Amino acid sequence: MNIKEWIFTTDHKRVGILYLIGSITAFAVAGVMALLMRAELSTIGPTITSNPSNYNVWLYAHGAVMILGFQIPALTGFFANYCIPLMIGAKDVAFPRVNALSVWLFYVGIILAVLTFFIPDPPDVMWTGYPPYSTISTGNTALYTFTVLILGFASIIGGVNFLTTVAYMRAPGLKWGKLNIFVWCTLGAFVLQLIFVPVLGTAVTLISFDKYLGTHFFDPAAGGDVLTYQNLFWFYSHPAVYVIFLPFIGVIYEIVTTFAKNPPFNYKMVVYGGIFGIVGLSGEVWVHHLYTSGMADWIRIGMMVTTLMISVPVGLMVIGLAGTLYKGSITFETPMLYALGVMFLFLIGGLTGIPLAVTSLTVHLSRSYYVVGHFHYVMAVAGTFAIFAGVYYWFPKMTGRMYNERWGKIGFWITFIGTNIVFWTMMDIGVKGMPRRYYDYSHMSQFEGAHQLMTIGAIILGIGFVIALINWIVGAIKGPKAGENPWGSKSLEWTTVSPPPHGNWPSPPVLEEGWSPYAYRRA
Amino acid sequence: MLRRIGASLSLAALSWHAAAADYPAAAAARAIKDPAAGWDHLWHEVLIDITIIGVIFALVMTYFLIRYRRKPGDPKTGSAPKLSPAAAVAWVVIPVFVFLADDLYIAANGWALWNNFRDVPADRMEVRLESGMYSWDYTYPNGVRTQNELRVPAGKAVMLRMTSRDTLHSHWIPDFRVKEDSMPGRITYMWFLPKQPGEHIVTCGAYCGIMHSYMAGKVIVLPAEEFKTWLDQEAARQGVAGKTA
Repeated sequence: MNIKEWIFTTDHKRVGILYLIGSITAFAVAGVMALLMRAELSTIGPTITSNPSNYNVWLYAHGAVMILGFQIPALTGFFANYCIPLMIGAKDVAFPRVNALSVWLFYVGIILAVLTFFIPDPPDVMWTGYPPYSTISTGNTALYTFTVLILGFASIIGGVNFLTTVAYMRAPGLKWGKLNIFVWCTLGAFVLQLIFVPVLGTAVTLISFDKYLGTHFFDPAAGGDVLTYQNLFWFYSHPAVYVIFLPFIGVIYEIVTTFAKNPPFNYKMVVYGGIFGIVGLSGEVWVHHLYTSGMADWIRIGMMVTTLMISVPVGLMVIGLAGTLYKGSITFETPMLYALGVMFLFLIGGLTGIPLAVTSLTVHLSRSYYVVGHFHYVMAVAGTFAIFAGVYYWFPKMTGRMYNERWGKIGFWITFIGTNIVFWTMMDIGVKGMPRRYYDYSHMSQFEGAHQLMTIGAIILGIGFVIALINWIVGAIKGPKAGENPWGSKSLEWTTVSPPPHGNWPSPPVLEEGWSPYAYRRA
Repeated sequence: MLRRIGASLSLAALSWHAAAADYPAAAAARAIKDPAAGWDHLWHEVLIDITIIGVIFALVMTYFLIRYRRKPGDPKTGSAPKLSPAAAVAWVVIPVFVFLADDLYIAANGWALWNNFRDVPADRMEVRLESGMYSWDYTYPNGVRTQNELRVPAGKAVMLRMTSRDTLHSHWIPDFRVKEDSMPGRITYMWFLPKQPGEHIVTCGAYCGIMHSYMAGKVIVLPAEEFKTWLDQEAARQGVAGKTA
């Protein structure tokens, strides 16, 4: 294997795999941070560090790296790059060199993010970076700002690239109404990135101006306003939840249709009701992150209604998944187990979000462990399970080899059990009054047992992920040959050899009359 | 169900109207509604609601997974029927209607409780709160100041007008189901109704700096007489006795 060939590659599949390697590395780093935090919280008072700043830096890094370095790049970088050209029957993306630039920028971004640990005074401002603390903290937030700007730019050029690719490079005869659900979902996610990333860029840039250049955007003493930042930040970061949600539910649709051997239930409902509905509503709900931040009363009521309405398109997408199982011929290989795990975790996460939409309930619930448990269920672990489901699913396509099915299933069950121990307990003590972002809970000693349970759960969860990672590495090196279509899927990416050569097919695939990526139904 | 939704919508509209029209003068005439009790009630209602939805979805999916798992000899393709155009539309319209109805029902109840949370009784004690890294500094109407300890009389509504001298903080009293951020440059408020004498934890909800997790205090609810005695003594001790309570 030639390293230089990989670094300077313009092949969308190699770019995708580079994204995957980078984001899984980021996942490992951020996962270690989570374990350090759980270790610290396993007893009241100082446990593994006596300096609360260390804990705050781990907490900052866990959030920022998991979201910006792992989930968004894995979902919109790896899956989009690897799958979209294959799914639409294209040789590559529209702008392969721009694609290579975006993965380079991504690596610069995560290197900068990791460097923040080696500079004096790493940032301890949480991934949200709310002023005034983020502008008066001694932590150096400049690298965070640059990381966000660089990753954001990488994401924007990726978005332009993929919108163009899908619009102009579909195989002859592949109509919009026949696209894979995953392709639609990713298009939705990139539309959101193109609209909202600049807002986040603005917010973090203004923070750096305030901190390093002496401006006063968020300084009330000079006529600024602290709430403006929170609005700008969540105006991006709530849609970012859908940037994560849409591709991951798209991956789950691909897997569930393949393993149930059914077309998606009510395709048009899923695309026009579900995906379009989410994209349309995503920008009108951000104030639910600010329900107890001192926003005006009237906007809390308006945003309560729009936030609750998100349950409509999301509900349609869940109905689509459940309906796909109806009269299927269902098998339960590892990708399907992870996909069903996502459906279960997402069901809990989505429903526990409903109380958080109600402004009067958040007066007690917000900023508690309940919120942390909820968003881990709905987006963090559901998203991570979906990424693992997708990697297992396309593993034979990427490597041409098969992972170990038995260890795949063992890894799934261990992770699944650990996850539920940690995050169910988290929601429970949150309702009882445990605030988030606490290094110590000495004035709330009644929660010590729950914290110890969560630490054990986190270790279990971590072991499950390590088993999956080892399974991939071993499978990629010496797994048995997989063949081009081990799952019997009808989607286009399975019609070429595994792994596909540069250019994907010797000649563009020809679609027969009545072709569909989900044509399982017997004629 | 529909009737209930209609009823709660009009209830919400009514209480909104009432709050807008006679706040705060006539509010004292009405019985004080304790938001904490309302919170517990709505929380349980929503919890039942989401549990039912979750159980229905989980049961249906589990049934499908068991019923339609591939057994030896089964065909290797699914046999989902093709939806007719009418069925496809119905599968959008009916779920949308059901979800929206449930959403609006929850929103109406949430709104009614929210009116309760901001309808501050006229008969109240107002205390100013300035938060800072890392303490809660209270100032009573007669000028008495305390730190990290808010003593209040049982049975009387307490309103806090809050600001901050440095970073964001969030004054959270879990027992009274209430929190709101305080920040520099703005004044925010919260109120609660302490009923019985006792002690309640105050804890900081918003990440405010290195020692965030140590920013704790107490609400101490005293019998009304005892509170008055304490406030007078404290006023004399702090030399602010000239002001009236």
